[in-house]
Amino acid sequence: MIDRNSRTILSVQGLRASINGTEILKGIDLTVKSGEIHAIMGLNGSGKSTFAKVLAGHSAYEITGGSVQFEGNNLLELPPEERARAGLFLAFQYPIEIPGVANTQFLRLAYNTVQTKRGKEELDPLEFDDFVREKMKLLEMNPDFLDRSVNEGFSGGEKKRNEILQMALLEPTLSILDETDSGLDIDALKTVANGVNQIANKNNATILVTHYQRLLDYIVPDYVHVMQAGRIVMTGGKELALELETRGYDWVNTGKSITGAIA
Amino acid sequence: MSDLANTDYLECLLKSWSIKSTESLSWLNQLRAHAIDCVNTQKLPTRRDEEWRFTDISPLTHLPYQPSQSECNLQLHDIEHLTLKEAKNRLVFVDGHYSSNLSTIIDPTALVIGNLPEFVAAHASILESHLGQHVQFDNNVFAALNTAFLRDGALIIVPKNITIAEPIHLLFIATQNEVTSYPRCLVIGETGSNVTLIEDYVALQQTTYITNSVTEISLAANAHAKHIRIQRESTQAFHLANCAVSLAHASNYQSTSISLGSQISRYNLHVRLTDEAAECVIDGLTLISDRQLADTHTCIDHVKPNGTSRQQHKCIVDDAAHAVFNGKIIVRPHAQQTNSSQSSRNLLLSKTAQVDTKPQLEIFADDVKCAHGATVGQLDQEEIFYLESRGLSEKAARNLLTYAFGAEIISRIPVTSLRQQLEQAVLSQTQSN
Repeated sequence: MIDRNSRTILSVQGLRASINGTEILKGIDLTVKSGEIHAIMGLNGSGKSTFAKVLAGHSAYEITGGSVQFEGNNLLELPPEERARAGLFLAFQYPIEIPGVANTQFLRLAYNTVQTKRGKEELDPLEFDDFVREKMKLLEMNPDFLDRSVNEGFSGGEKKRNEILQMALLEPTLSILDETDSGLDIDALKTVANGVNQIANKNNATILVTHYQRLLDYIVPDYVHVMQAGRIVMTGGKELALELETRGYDWVNTGKSITGAIA
Repeated sequence: MSDLANTDYLECLLKSWSIKSTESLSWLNQLRAHAIDCVNTQKLPTRRDEEWRFTDISPLTHLPYQPSQSECNLQLHDIEHLTLKEAKNRLVFVDGHYSSNLSTIIDPTALVIGNLPEFVAAHASILESHLGQHVQFDNNVFAALNTAFLRDGALIIVPKNITIAEPIHLLFIATQNEVTSYPRCLVIGETGSNVTLIEDYVALQQTTYITNSVTEISLAANAHAKHIRIQRESTQAFHLANCAVSLAHASNYQSTSISLGSQISRYNLHVRLTDEAAECVIDGLTLISDRQLADTHTCIDHVKPNGTSRQQHKCIVDDAAHAVFNGKIIVRPHAQQTNSSQSSRNLLLSKTAQVDTKPQLEIFADDVKCAHGATVGQLDQEEIFYLESRGLSEKAARNLLTYAFGAEIISRIPVTSLRQQLEQAVLSQTQSN
């Protein structure tokens, strides 16, 4: 929801980043305030997933310009784990499989690491088990997934649920969901969206990175941004997503949007 | 190294050999005599032999350690930390010699279990048809030497359609310095039987010695065996081992072998699927550091149609250690519909660590499925980033992923207390601070 009195969580100004000498992000400006849900849409190769990874601190990308403030602090000088501890969360497009590590071990390790850094109490295995099972209900996840290896042999939908479960456990201030809708059937999509909606509140914010409008039927954004060639070229309300769906990405270049404003 | 040194070494070993008076059976003497002949016609392998290309055992030529003497003073409390609570039947061999004091046999009526010589007379015909009949001596001087020195050994015969629920622990303890021990195991699974074995090589101190072991496993039709093999010898030791497995119709063999100890170790595992529809699953983990060398040679031989084999071998190599994996898969001309997969994955933790991995497929049938793959590398950057994005430090992420790499194999061991011991061993060896 948009609220005039909300605080700024993320402020991105003129962000430029490259990988192996190729510039991918060419000057991004974006402000996200508490309580807001932003959707970043764009074609493959527009730089939207890179933007998500750069915010989370992926070391393969080199920052070549601009600034990112996260709750008033310089995000770019923090290593990825400190960004996570500070309250930034990235739900991966392709979650990593870790054979040999039980999901519950991994979830508890992540939870306790983040809790400790935030000056809160750790949970022992029994306490954590109760806690995580409660959170799993939110995503209609079978508790059997606790004992299996992290993401190993999970279907696409199960992996995405597991990402949102981690989000629910870590209680981030800013969640970035990178193509969370890809590979989900409609039932899984509804469940995942329902989970995200329940986690979203007036004190945190969400950025949805997506190619398609479909997800936005279930998680309604306050803002829709269109990315193209490493820049946000248009920003509008939730109607912009529908317009993109019917008219395609090509018309963005013509600049004749009804609802969107050229950035 | 000169051939002279080679010959001297073997002669020196054989000189110490003498026929024990208790053994009067002619077939057994013939087996030994044949083994000695084999030793006499062979030389100690060098790196000029294809099968030993990556493994230099020349340090052995300076160590013609005599066979260990039976002088066990161990009490049960000395080995308590080595026992496994799940294993009710335990055979203990100290420096290759059977110790009845340390062994426990709870149910001698359900199966034949004990020290080989005790059964030689009563089970002569079955022993004659299996002992020394599965392992190959030619071009295998160590198996021949073991057979030449054959005396004590673990014997297990699981009768027809009998399932032994609890695992059987075969514990080989090294105590003496500068000796060679010759452990021997023979496991016969009769039709429809089912058994779980733990073959476990340990040392009480960091002594220097040679273990030269031979294990033979024969499964009749529809028999099942799980074979867990743990090599956690002294890191000063030399471990040279041969295991030969014969699988009859629709039998099922699952092996998990873990190599942690020894300065130089070599494990040859030879599995023959001698009849249709036999299955084997072969997993291995080598975890070594310092200047250790661990060599695993496996051969899965599909002789008849409809066989299945799945193999996963992993090595975690730190410091200046060197791991070798050679995985041969043979599919004979009539072994149609064979389904075989092999994966060799290797993790190098330091710049001086070394891995030589060689998948070797010899396929002579045309209607088969054979997949194989090998990777050698460091930890994946994307995996590290995933864990970092969940709040773990880079070090914690690396430690977790390294642990997981080994734990994947260990997690398949169906004996809880052993699995926990090994997880602890992996944890302590893979966690840098």
